[in-house]
Amino acid sequence: MANKFIADRVEPSAAGANAAQRSPAKARPAGSPPADIPRAPAKKQAGVSRRDLIGGLAKSAGIACLAAVALDQYVRSARAIDATALRPPGAIDEEQFLSACVRCGLCVRACPYDTLKLATMGDPAPLGTPYFIAREASCLMCPDVPCARVCPTGALDRNIPDIRHANMGISVLVDHETCLNYKGMHCSICHRVCPIRNEAITLEKQTIKGRQMLIPTVHSNKCTGCGTCEKHCVLEEAAIRVLPRPLGQGKSGRNSAGRPITGHGGLRRDI
Amino acid sequence: MDAKALLYKCTSDARAYAATRRGWLFAHRIWLARRASQILVLAIFLTGPWLGLWIAKGNFASSEILGVLPLADPFIFLQSLFALHKPIMLAVIGVATITAFYLIVGGRAYCSWVCPVNVVTDSAYWLREKLGLTRDRKLDKRTRLWVLVAALLASLLTGTIAWEFLNPVSLLQRGIIFGIGAGWGIIAAVFMLDLFVTRRGWCSHLCPVGAFYGLIGSASLIRISAINRPACTDCGACFKACPEPHVITPALKGTGTHLILAGDCTNCGACIDSCYVDVFQYASRLSPRHGPPEQYIDTATTSARPGRAVAAAAE
Repeated sequence: MANKFIADRVEPSAAGANAAQRSPAKARPAGSPPADIPRAPAKKQAGVSRRDLIGGLAKSAGIACLAAVALDQYVRSARAIDATALRPPGAIDEEQFLSACVRCGLCVRACPYDTLKLATMGDPAPLGTPYFIAREASCLMCPDVPCARVCPTGALDRNIPDIRHANMGISVLVDHETCLNYKGMHCSICHRVCPIRNEAITLEKQTIKGRQMLIPTVHSNKCTGCGTCEKHCVLEEAAIRVLPRPLGQGKSGRNSAGRPITGHGGLRRDI
Repeated sequence: MDAKALLYKCTSDARAYAATRRGWLFAHRIWLARRASQILVLAIFLTGPWLGLWIAKGNFASSEILGVLPLADPFIFLQSLFALHKPIMLAVIGVATITAFYLIVGGRAYCSWVCPVNVVTDSAYWLREKLGLTRDRKLDKRTRLWVLVAALLASLLTGTIAWEFLNPVSLLQRGIIFGIGAGWGIIAAVFMLDLFVTRRGWCSHLCPVGAFYGLIGSASLIRISAINRPACTDCGACFKACPEPHVITPALKGTGTHLILAGDCTNCGACIDSCYVDVFQYASRLSPRHGPPEQYIDTATTSARPGRAVAAAAE
């Protein structure tokens, strides 16, 4: 077997034919009669030894793995989405979103208010993925959710029953020092513009330092994170902001028996 | 210098033979058709946002034609599968349609007739030739296959469609349709790579999208055939014009099939344009006329060389 391979490789006529075959681009003066080009037999001439084959495969696999690791590391750094960038309504969990979204922009085209954008290099979302910035343009909560309906991959839930099931984030009154309602004024813009008025945001009477105040209070089971409150906050920098849910919402722990720590025992942190 | 002289001065060396003998238009007829095709494909996505006339929505990754026909990129879909996303029926239909289309027109017809990066790299190659830049950092042609495998592995590892975080092909077509922002940087990098570092570095060595379509192309119907190969004058123009010159040799200089069967062939027709004796033409893989010449089918096992056959007859 091995002898055959060696014989294949040293056969002089085969090598000569190959050389002629490899350099047909060598230009002759145009117009001179075509030389009699030796026609190579259809049969393959050069054998590949098992050692070369295994070596070649190992090299290929090595380079592929190297490139995969490099790409993996790059993706892990480039996959982060800024807290200010919100996904369209119906978006599945961010982890899965990047396995599904092909960055085609059909949701962007379906949005009647040009709220959605596709990220380019340097934008606050991973390259090519759809997002919006609530402070610039909030989701106007179309009841039929046209953006999610057109998604061709399931990155947005095409079967979302209603915009109220959307979860783009959670509104949080982040700054109690500048919020005008906390200063005793009756601004309440966030409450008045909220598309799910009196449900997602209510005004709660509170007594702070002896003064009666109406404090905008977000209800997480109703808020869709559309960002209308953030967009319309009258301050130069909004005091109320939509954050991704894991960032904007607390979560109570569970005890060793797996039951939620709530109610009377909930504040004890002596374990 | 008049306009015509300038036109011929701008013509690439490879097409100059055909251009001087058969006219500039002859030497660029398929090239012009390709550029028209590349512009047209982008145009059907742009009439919507620019003129309000919606023919196609979305972009090359996935689209909806006239509100009914879904189309989707098979390589992105494959990565999505590797990222363990469960596909929905619409995506499957879109991918099947596109795959079937390229199984007919030639896999890498995507590269030469659709992909906008092809215009960038062709321009870089043209400039490279005109500036006389010959430095060539050699890369293995199979690098793109390794990048393809790497993209699939990285998709599995990260649970994302990994290549799309970098893909200049997506970046450019999406950028033209939706706005490119700072993405020009990557396109400029591809241009520089092809201009200064490696001859046809991106499309013929690195791009895994091309490699993927090449896999489809190795089984596709429409191929280029060197049907008129006895007329070849060995001027070398086709080899110079071809972005993947290694694919030409078996069909042009071999004695077997006339068809260029390698998946690397992009069906760009540069060989057809640049050949002034009309050796090449588009052909169907199934056409027997373009297959192996008859006298070699039966005698292939005993003697494949015409010289030997003649000698044997003389004896």
